[in-house]
Amino acid sequence: MGERGLRLSQICIARGEAILLELDLHIAPGEVLTVMGPSGAGKSTLLSLIIGTLRRDFNAAGRVLLDGRDITDLPTAKRRVGILFQDDLLFPHLSVGENLAFGLSADVKGRAIRRARVETALDEIGLTGFADRDPATLSGGQKARVALMRMLLSEPCALLLDEAFSRLDTARRDQIRALVFDYASRRGLPTLMVTHDMADARAAGGKVIQI
Amino acid sequence: MQRIAWLPALTLAAMLGPVLAGLVGTILPALGYFPAAGADRLTLEPLQDLLAWPGLPRATWLSVSTGLLATGLSLAIVALITAGWIGTRAFRALERLLSPLLSVPHAAAAFGIAFLIAPSGWVVRLISPWATGWAQPPDVLIVQDPWGLAMVAGLVVKEVPFLMLMTLAALGQTDANRALTVAQSLGYGRITGWMRTVFPRIYAQIRLPVYVVLVYSMSVVDVAVILGPNTPPTLSVQIVRWMNDPDLALRLQAAAAALLQLALVLATVTLWWLAERAVAWLGHRLIATGARGRADRMQRQLGLCAGAAVAAAVLLGLLSLAVWSVAGFWSYPDLLPNSLTLRTWMRHGPDLWTTALETAVIAVTATGLALLLALGCLEAEYRYGLRMRTGGLFILYLPLLVPQTAFLPGLQTLLLSIGADAGRGPVIATHLVFVLPYVFLSLGDPFRAWDPRYGTIASALSASPDQVLWRVRLPMLLAPVLTACAVGIAVSVGQYLPTLLVGGGRVQTLTTEAVALAAGGDRRAIGVHGLVQTLAALLPFAAAVLLPTLIWRNRRGLRHG
Amino acid sequence: MRRILLAAGLMLAAVTAKAEPVPADWDAVLAEAKGQTVYWNAWGGSTTTNDFIAWIGSQVQSEYDVTLEHVKLSDTADAVSRVLAEKTAGQDDNGAVDLIWINGANFAAMKEADLLFGPFAEDLPNWRYVDVDGKTVRTDFTVPVEGYESPWAMAQVVFIHDTARLPDRLGSMAALADWTRDNPGRFTFPQPPDFLGATFLKQALIDLADDPSVLQNPVEDADYDAVTAPLWAFLEDLTPNLWRQGRAYPQTGPRQLQLIADGEIDLALSFSPGEASTAIANFQLPETARTFVLDKGTLGNASFVAIPYNSGSKAGAMVVANMLLSPEAQARAQDPGVLGYGTVLDMAKLDEGDRAAFAALDLGIATLTPEQLGPAQPEPHPSWMTRISADWTTRFGVAE
Repeated sequence: MGERGLRLSQICIARGEAILLELDLHIAPGEVLTVMGPSGAGKSTLLSLIIGTLRRDFNAAGRVLLDGRDITDLPTAKRRVGILFQDDLLFPHLSVGENLAFGLSADVKGRAIRRARVETALDEIGLTGFADRDPATLSGGQKARVALMRMLLSEPCALLLDEAFSRLDTARRDQIRALVFDYASRRGLPTLMVTHDMADARAAGGKVIQI
Repeated sequence: MQRIAWLPALTLAAMLGPVLAGLVGTILPALGYFPAAGADRLTLEPLQDLLAWPGLPRATWLSVSTGLLATGLSLAIVALITAGWIGTRAFRALERLLSPLLSVPHAAAAFGIAFLIAPSGWVVRLISPWATGWAQPPDVLIVQDPWGLAMVAGLVVKEVPFLMLMTLAALGQTDANRALTVAQSLGYGRITGWMRTVFPRIYAQIRLPVYVVLVYSMSVVDVAVILGPNTPPTLSVQIVRWMNDPDLALRLQAAAAALLQLALVLATVTLWWLAERAVAWLGHRLIATGARGRADRMQRQLGLCAGAAVAAAVLLGLLSLAVWSVAGFWSYPDLLPNSLTLRTWMRHGPDLWTTALETAVIAVTATGLALLLALGCLEAEYRYGLRMRTGGLFILYLPLLVPQTAFLPGLQTLLLSIGADAGRGPVIATHLVFVLPYVFLSLGDPFRAWDPRYGTIASALSASPDQVLWRVRLPMLLAPVLTACAVGIAVSVGQYLPTLLVGGGRVQTLTTEAVALAAGGDRRAIGVHGLVQTLAALLPFAAAVLLPTLIWRNRRGLRHG
Repeated sequence: MRRILLAAGLMLAAVTAKAEPVPADWDAVLAEAKGQTVYWNAWGGSTTTNDFIAWIGSQVQSEYDVTLEHVKLSDTADAVSRVLAEKTAGQDDNGAVDLIWINGANFAAMKEADLLFGPFAEDLPNWRYVDVDGKTVRTDFTVPVEGYESPWAMAQVVFIHDTARLPDRLGSMAALADWTRDNPGRFTFPQPPDFLGATFLKQALIDLADDPSVLQNPVEDADYDAVTAPLWAFLEDLTPNLWRQGRAYPQTGPRQLQLIADGEIDLALSFSPGEASTAIANFQLPETARTFVLDKGTLGNASFVAIPYNSGSKAGAMVVANMLLSPEAQARAQDPGVLGYGTVLDMAKLDEGDRAAFAALDLGIATLTPEQLGPAQPEPHPSWMTRISADWTTRFGVAE
């Protein structure tokens, strides 16, 4: 077993001749690293490199290591990196419970057991009895919690936040932010947050880098 | 990894293969090479025989004039309605009629119109003899007039809904409302402002569909058989007649005529393209004068009347088919039959069932294949980032831009030469050529508009690319997929010439039966077949609207999606 | 070694080459027909004919286990060109067409090109009922039949008129021209080369010609211009007074009936003496419709069925041809409620019960009795029809 945490080693992303960004950093388990910068600086591009959805017109050098595992060339589905976008992106054709079950690892077998895990997860985020609800009927904060829990159920080894709180109103934002950071530190997930909101960075309390 | 990367190439082959093979099969006999008829040396004789046909000048002129007139009128009506009425209640009413109007097959619409406008038809009966004094229908040439005007009317009522649909799709990508507001605030009338600020942008996007309409109108056969002139007929109809002649030597002449048809279409499209340039130049000059336009009110009324007339013609035509299908004796000038009877339905019922089944098998198979290929291409585009350029769009339209009468006779001749048995298989393959572009076009936009972050999320949750497709992407896009199916089925059900020529006359669908019956002139039988044919195209549309609402009745996020 | 191979090859060839059925051995034909499917290519534009063919299908199915599929053609020529194309492509076995409704030029062409199976017709068991003396069943448009096609219906030209608007019959083509002059726009005929339209031209030619007997020989043997001069003069006179001034024509025979029902014309042509009665029963003609023939008589011919040389179900096809000749089928075809076609059988050859069945038929309100119909005029040689149709198209078919 190699080094724990998320390491971005000698990363260089370019588009054609123009170099977009160069990075070399390490995020320890439970640490939240905030990346800030003006739009177009390549914040989201960095995230797509880590998760494996970089567009073909970009070329990238360097390696991405997660808990010592080189995931640079793995397909997204095998990387075990969770991501939250500014929209909750709950699958509109699935119920709340089915959304959570979509995240739940296939290694958890048996209908009753899977169902029970989903119920427990709902209890945990204060949405007991919501399993059969249509996600479109949930409030913004409820959706954000379901999206977070869906991601956690897939047991990721790292967490990416792409402006994850910018769509929430101020009251909810603090609450959800606290919840996410709480889970991240409890589970020891190295977390990379991209944002343009200083408040997010302050709440994270970790290192902040500007690109 | 790249399991589906070859699908775009296969799609291209399925779409263009038959067209190219058909063109080869047309060119060779046109130059005198047709071993099946004992002709195996290159000669200009077929061409000379064609030129010696006394009907040629008129038939040629008819094809060009009806094609240009039908396309120009359809485009003008669509532009006037959209410019004058978009955003109003009248426009929404017309919009709701769009899908049913689109799904009425050309042949059925043509029958309906024939009965409406004939001198002994419904319109004259409505006002005779009390207003006109006509105890007998007037002896005037309306249907099958030598100028092809009835045929133009039959084409316009079907092409207006098609161009309208394309315009609405283009509008979604144009900031039309604000441009119009700006123009109106500058003192331009509604229509004038629209024509000068929005129309040029819309037209740039619907140019290919307009060409499709032009090519189709120039080479249509079923509508021309029902409403077009016969002394002589249009070039396309004459090609089909020669193709069906027992004298195989006439196939050479038919091939030469098919080649002429192709040249004619190319020349006319070029002419249209030049006219576009001229209109654009004139338009710019006109805009530079700053004239605000005066006839706005009149143009709006004209647009609305034309739109309403188009809708009424198709709907009343369908109604007349329905009445004829249950009519007892029904003579001029009675507005309705003397008696009603179900006898025609009972008589045709069993036969109709077999034909409907054959139609369904062909339509469902062709649409299924088209869906598979189109989905495969779009999925390959998504997975491997293979973007389609303007060239790709042109290729998509290509099968619709080559006149059917130019390559289908060649395809039949080719199949005959290699001894391939005509039958359901080749018919399905030929239907695929026409179904595929429409399925692709109607799937493309919603698929590309799908938020790819859903895919990223699902992948991050450990879903494989296939799982993303089947468990997330397709269920979310159920409504557009079903709509594409309905479009595909409607296109297949409406195909006349591909079924007739490639099927060697032995594959009988509702459309070939209906057109064959048109020759017999038994309006009761035509009524039954026309209605069933329309239903066959309309039911899938109804299903495409109802099924997603039913399946996703508890999923608000997917309604109106 | 080589000789053994050759012998084996010959044996194999003998086994695979299917023996042709022998029409005279009817029991063997029946045995072979069992389970066969017969594709009958017949014009599909008439609902009543389609129904009749379906009935024949149910009969041969239940009695002889033969499946009959009606391939509905818009033109008989389609089937002819199909067989021709198959022969050219070398498909000499199991062709797509097993039985064709045929006569006239198409028969002449197929017989000439050796595309027909036969002779078989006079070996059919029901041939014994056929009226070989009184009806033209052994020549078809002057071409000897020689057993290569089997008759199943008699047709004769009649004019259908709506007596509410045209009360009296017209006795000749000259009278027709006079009447149209007084009543312009009230008559038309199907556009040649449509079969019935071409028939109108032939009927006019015969009625106007000084000596119609020259028409029995090929057109090449006659002074074409002189013989047809009266016809063209007649048409020059007639055409401006036709429906739509001759600028448009109905495309087929049945279209004329619709035009009468619509009140657009008062007079039409038919090749089936019972068609008017049947059409009245089907609401396609007013109850005032009646029929007449010309003073000098009208053209008549027989409809036949023929079997292509490469049919894979010849035995089954013969069973169908024989069924068509059965007294039961013939009586049914003559019933104006069904088809209204003339029978090819000789009443004198039938037994008592069958004769009674024919006698009991109500021929229909608009159908002429055999006496009123009179003897049919013989069809001209097929080459006449081809030539005058082509000439008509040049003169009138591409007007304006």
